[in-house]
Amino acid sequence: MSTYEQSQEALATAGTEIRPGRRYGFFTDTTLCIGCKACEVACKEWNELPAEADGGLSGMSYDNTRALSSTTWRHVAFVEQMQGDGSVRTGGDSDLPEFQSRWLMMSDVCKHCANAPCLETCPTGAIFRTEFDTVVVQQDICNGCGYCVPACPFGVVDLDEQDGKAHKCTLCYDRLKGGLEPACAKACPTDSIQFGELDELDERAHRRVEELHDRGVRDAYLYGAPGGPGATGGLARLNAFFLLLDEPEVYNLPAAPTRPARRVAPALGVGLAAVAGLAVAAFALLGPGGRR
Amino acid sequence: MPLEPGWITHVQETRFRLATADGRSEFFQLSREAPFDPADLEPLVCRRVQVSVQWRPAAGRRVKLATRVLLPGGQTLRRHASQRLDHFTRDWSLPRQAGGEDWGGQAARSHASRRLRPRTEEADRVGVSVCPYCAVGCSQLIYAKGGRVIQVEGNPDSPVNHGTLCPKGAVVGSLLNNPDRLTTVKYRAPHSDRWQEVSLDWAMERIAALVKRTRDESFVETLPDGTKVNHTLALASLGGATLDNEENYLIKKVFSGGLGMVWIENQARVCHSSSVPSLGASFGRGAATIPQWDLRNSDCVVVMGSNMAENHPIAFSHVVKAKERGATIVHVDPRFTRTSALADVYAPIRSGTDIAFLGGIIHHLLEHDLWFRDYALAYSNLATIIDSRWGEGMSEEGVFPGWEPDRETYKFDVWQYDGLVVPSALSEHYLNTAESFSSMSQRLKDGPPPQDPTLQHPQCVYQILKRHYAAYTPEAVERITGCPKGVFLQVVDALVRNSGRERTGAFCYAGGWTHHSIGVQNIRAASLVQTLLGNIGRPGAGILALRGHCSIQGSTDIPTLYNMLPSYLPQPNAFKPEAQNFSQFLEDETIPTGWWHNFPKYITSLLRAWYGDAAGPDNEWGFHWLPKIVGDHSQLPMTLAMDDGVIRGLFLLGQNVVMGGSNSAMIQRGLRKLEWLVVRDTDEVESATTWFEGHATERDGFDPVNSPTEVFLMPAELAGEKAGTFTNTHRLVQWHDKVVDGPGDSRSELWFVYHLARRHKALYADSTLGRDAPIRNLTLDYPTEGPREEPSADAVLREINGYTWADRKQIGGFKELKDDGSTACGSWLYSGIYPEEDHNRARDRKADPPDGPGTHLHWAFAWPANRRTLYNRASADPEGRPWSERKRLIWWDEGESRWTGGDSIDFEESKAPSYRPDWSEHPSGMDAIRGDEPFIMMPDGRAAVFVPSGLKDGPLPTHYEPVESPVANLLYRQQSSPTAKLWARDGNRLHPVADPDHPHVLTTYRLTEHHCGGTPTRGVPHTAELQPEGFAELSPELAGELGVETLDWIVISTVRGEIETRALVTGRLRPFAIDGRRIHQIGMPWHFGWRGYATGDIANVLTAVVGDANTSMHEGKALTCAVRKGRIERSRRLRAVQLAGAAE
Repeated sequence: MSTYEQSQEALATAGTEIRPGRRYGFFTDTTLCIGCKACEVACKEWNELPAEADGGLSGMSYDNTRALSSTTWRHVAFVEQMQGDGSVRTGGDSDLPEFQSRWLMMSDVCKHCANAPCLETCPTGAIFRTEFDTVVVQQDICNGCGYCVPACPFGVVDLDEQDGKAHKCTLCYDRLKGGLEPACAKACPTDSIQFGELDELDERAHRRVEELHDRGVRDAYLYGAPGGPGATGGLARLNAFFLLLDEPEVYNLPAAPTRPARRVAPALGVGLAAVAGLAVAAFALLGPGGRR
Repeated sequence: MPLEPGWITHVQETRFRLATADGRSEFFQLSREAPFDPADLEPLVCRRVQVSVQWRPAAGRRVKLATRVLLPGGQTLRRHASQRLDHFTRDWSLPRQAGGEDWGGQAARSHASRRLRPRTEEADRVGVSVCPYCAVGCSQLIYAKGGRVIQVEGNPDSPVNHGTLCPKGAVVGSLLNNPDRLTTVKYRAPHSDRWQEVSLDWAMERIAALVKRTRDESFVETLPDGTKVNHTLALASLGGATLDNEENYLIKKVFSGGLGMVWIENQARVCHSSSVPSLGASFGRGAATIPQWDLRNSDCVVVMGSNMAENHPIAFSHVVKAKERGATIVHVDPRFTRTSALADVYAPIRSGTDIAFLGGIIHHLLEHDLWFRDYALAYSNLATIIDSRWGEGMSEEGVFPGWEPDRETYKFDVWQYDGLVVPSALSEHYLNTAESFSSMSQRLKDGPPPQDPTLQHPQCVYQILKRHYAAYTPEAVERITGCPKGVFLQVVDALVRNSGRERTGAFCYAGGWTHHSIGVQNIRAASLVQTLLGNIGRPGAGILALRGHCSIQGSTDIPTLYNMLPSYLPQPNAFKPEAQNFSQFLEDETIPTGWWHNFPKYITSLLRAWYGDAAGPDNEWGFHWLPKIVGDHSQLPMTLAMDDGVIRGLFLLGQNVVMGGSNSAMIQRGLRKLEWLVVRDTDEVESATTWFEGHATERDGFDPVNSPTEVFLMPAELAGEKAGTFTNTHRLVQWHDKVVDGPGDSRSELWFVYHLARRHKALYADSTLGRDAPIRNLTLDYPTEGPREEPSADAVLREINGYTWADRKQIGGFKELKDDGSTACGSWLYSGIYPEEDHNRARDRKADPPDGPGTHLHWAFAWPANRRTLYNRASADPEGRPWSERKRLIWWDEGESRWTGGDSIDFEESKAPSYRPDWSEHPSGMDAIRGDEPFIMMPDGRAAVFVPSGLKDGPLPTHYEPVESPVANLLYRQQSSPTAKLWARDGNRLHPVADPDHPHVLTTYRLTEHHCGGTPTRGVPHTAELQPEGFAELSPELAGELGVETLDWIVISTVRGEIETRALVTGRLRPFAIDGRRIHQIGMPWHFGWRGYATGDIANVLTAVVGDANTSMHEGKALTCAVRKGRIERSRRLRAVQLAGAAE
């Protein structure tokens, strides 16, 4: 009946086979995003995540989800902007504001960092790197200590009050095992969210940026690709990386995210130096030659 | 804490679903207090063990928190110490690290992670279904286990959606499993203040009795002048565009053909009824001309009167593909929307001024000779000469020639071709003319219409067109629409650059064009543009009507509509000469030339299908058993008739009329006056609760006890729980499988209508009255299946396809139909869908490979005869060669002497391009159509740039203001359409032009996250949370004037009513400068009502009952209003009222 083997549906929907031992991730091209939130719904449907009850209208454009959380693993951000040279007005009436405007839309998700800070801080080994090179919080191991939460430079992973464990996007670990691409990537109507092998995605993403530049969209750039913005501070790269049209902060992303582990050595050094300094001061004040 | 019994269908980490005995599915999250781990649930799932879950509500989210699970023996599921030890030793990573495994990777991988599989692998049934939301028709896979749905996602095989889904399609799993769904029949006795639960059987018996009583008391056999009508005006039915074709077929057959009901309507009336006469009168068929995937071949896509990315995201994905291939995307809209964000050119216009804009395009094309001459001259009636009495055309007053002010209508004689009367290709072929209709139209067989190919004759269509659009200059466009001239010219340029032999463009439209008092003419204007540009019938070209419900095209084709019989045959009209007898009917409705010449075959085959052997030449084939119409029985007047007490009993079949009908307060009032009301839906919708809550309740201080309405609220099944077909927005008929049973007492509409009809046959079995002959003779022999006795949708589809009457062999297509009773056929346009005993083409699921022709002829079935692009003869030039290699679709194969190509041929397959009628023979039917006349449904084989008949408001589109407008018509003295239907009465008044009390333009629209009346998205948490509350959008300038900020409450009011809602201040709306004045627009989504998780006030409280002259389509997209900051004095009005002692 089908033209593909169910166990490798990803070949039909993402153009890629899914094999353990290879590196997978998302390339999200926000120039194709229509802000439909199919990704949010598909994710919650597959992962059986509850909807918020008290959220209510946020007033933040069409974004009522507000942020990633323990029960929202895909979140679409909306940024309304004015763009244009101010020449588009009715009847030359310069009192009237101009018409053309821009609306940035972007589906945010866990970045599945190559050097994931959440993984590094997890004391139980609940957070680990899968055979698909993705980062997953194992619910049967997690003890709810919450160390991972402040470690994430992107504010992704979150402790759930109700079940007491940490949750985030699993890049649909169970689906990958069955040869199915992640639910969000499969659902995305315009292929803004692209799932695939990292090498292939990197190549595709760079070509896309060039193509957009040629078309006159000069502010397109990659966030999270190796060596670029978003992949700073020791993160090396983000397995889920993005094509953006404005500064990261406009999308509520950190401009220069860092791995906390990088600060351990300097922090230790500073700490030891402080202790040493205090010891010297104490010796000076309270010691034999000191003031009594 | 409450206890819920059931079995766990699947677990995802700390969440799981429990299948309950009544067929629903409950959703739980594990509480941290639970004495076990998520991994302990997994073994229960595999063994499908019955458990009981103790739970409490979770704060701040829509889920039940599971605190305990009790196993069948009564023990509590608990993780024991031995299990903990076992878990630890199994998963302790240190030994594995010591063995060399990576500490952050493999060594840390737990037992559960190693064993993890996607739950879809556990399914014991997988079916292919079609999304029940919009008309795009995405294909879905439904995975079920143990009779419960465990996952719904996109079907990668479909050429429509390739496995993708929008947020609504993606939520179908939760929709089907919604624990809030109705599972039993609720009943409210007259004057009662509470619901009761009743059995399905009891309800069916009671409903059948009520229908019979009301019918018998109100049935009219003849009018005073002796004309047989055989109808009842006291019964009505609304719905359904969300129902299967088989269901709509049976509803029309039983309600109309059997019981004589005339008030039969569905959402199609108020969604896209405008599309039927506009596209139909222009090209011959009133439906979208291209499949959505063909947009990838467009070089220019104009989205206008539509917010395509918002409301048809998957269809828009094809536009995005076109854009990536270099196409220019244009969006013309009163607001900057999610579609505009991805467009290359965004052109703002004031809501309601589309014809000014499109007329400006027409003006420009003619003025600068930028139209595709070779195409338009050959394939349209541009050179045809119109009756000389047409004269100069539209007067300065602003009415067309033929206007009769005392009758407030047009006389169509002066619109005809010179010397001819031209029947329309629409279902209403006959028109009132001064001369005898049939004898005048017979002249079509004498020769082609008079033409001047040099286009010089002052009354040729080309010259008429030039005169008519002379005033639509770019400056006029800017003055009227507010669109800056430069932007307008960018749009024209994009179209012109992308037309001609090598390039094509398409228009996509939806409610933004249909929902106007000039809705039909809006679409006509685009038809004109596309005909001039040579953009019909070719790859990447055409007009894609974007319809709104999963089978609304089907409910138009196989209509639960009052004025048509299946496949655009007319419902007999008592006031026309044809009402007297069948032969007169045939004579008047059979067009002498073109494909409609076959009319007698289709109507006779329908009557055979409905009445079987009881119909024959002796009793005019049962013609008089069909109820005749005596006026406008469409949805708008239906709601007025309810308010007037004319309608006594009403069925609402998946249509929530309180939400989607104009002047909602009047509708609510009318619902409370009914003697009985049957509502069939999945939830307790607003329309079922007007007896105790709503606007009318508040306003009239109404006590439920005063309402006499006997109300039945019956649970309905959805696609996937029943099998049948939906017809999508481009005529594609797709079968959806039955995968699971619907919960509890939910049943399909097919089940309901079939069993109701059976009961009526029993109740009327002993009647000898002539009036009861239709229901007694109605054929109803469909086999039933299973303990629920579900009638076979397959059998109904076979009847729709048609078969030979003698031996019941399926027919292969409508060419096999006869007018002598030897064939039976429910809907001739669908013939060919079930051509052989075991071949249901709606179930064909083989798309073309990427390098194939891209027409996907083996994916489902498209009417007519599986043609995907209509009028595709026009993809070849008059000589039969493609206009260019790049735009090849079909062409004439000289060697084989037939047409060939990638699509089913929409032409006679062996008619050569060089064929010319021998007029000396007075040819009829297709013999009168040349080999280079592609529009075979039209009497002259040509697209109508000028429409001589079929439209009541004019042969050419012209700019009129909406019925309510803040500005005067800048082109004519006639302000708005003189033929618009106005139903002036208390509670339905209109604002005067430029009313200072209501100075702003109000428009209504939709959001991606919600669907139409809102029931299937507001009631489902995953979509409700995306847009959790109603709001209205206004510009910062207007907000500044009102002192309003985002999230403030505002009150919007018209003389029909007032509502309160939240403000969303956004720069995507801007004030317009119109004729020197600043005009503000305010808009709101109309999805919100008082039920469900996402609530808001009903936008349709503000709208009036006003209609387009042709289809009585309402004007919900442009009216005027007042806005102020604040709330309505009566608070808490919309909160669902708790009934005293209400049954749960």
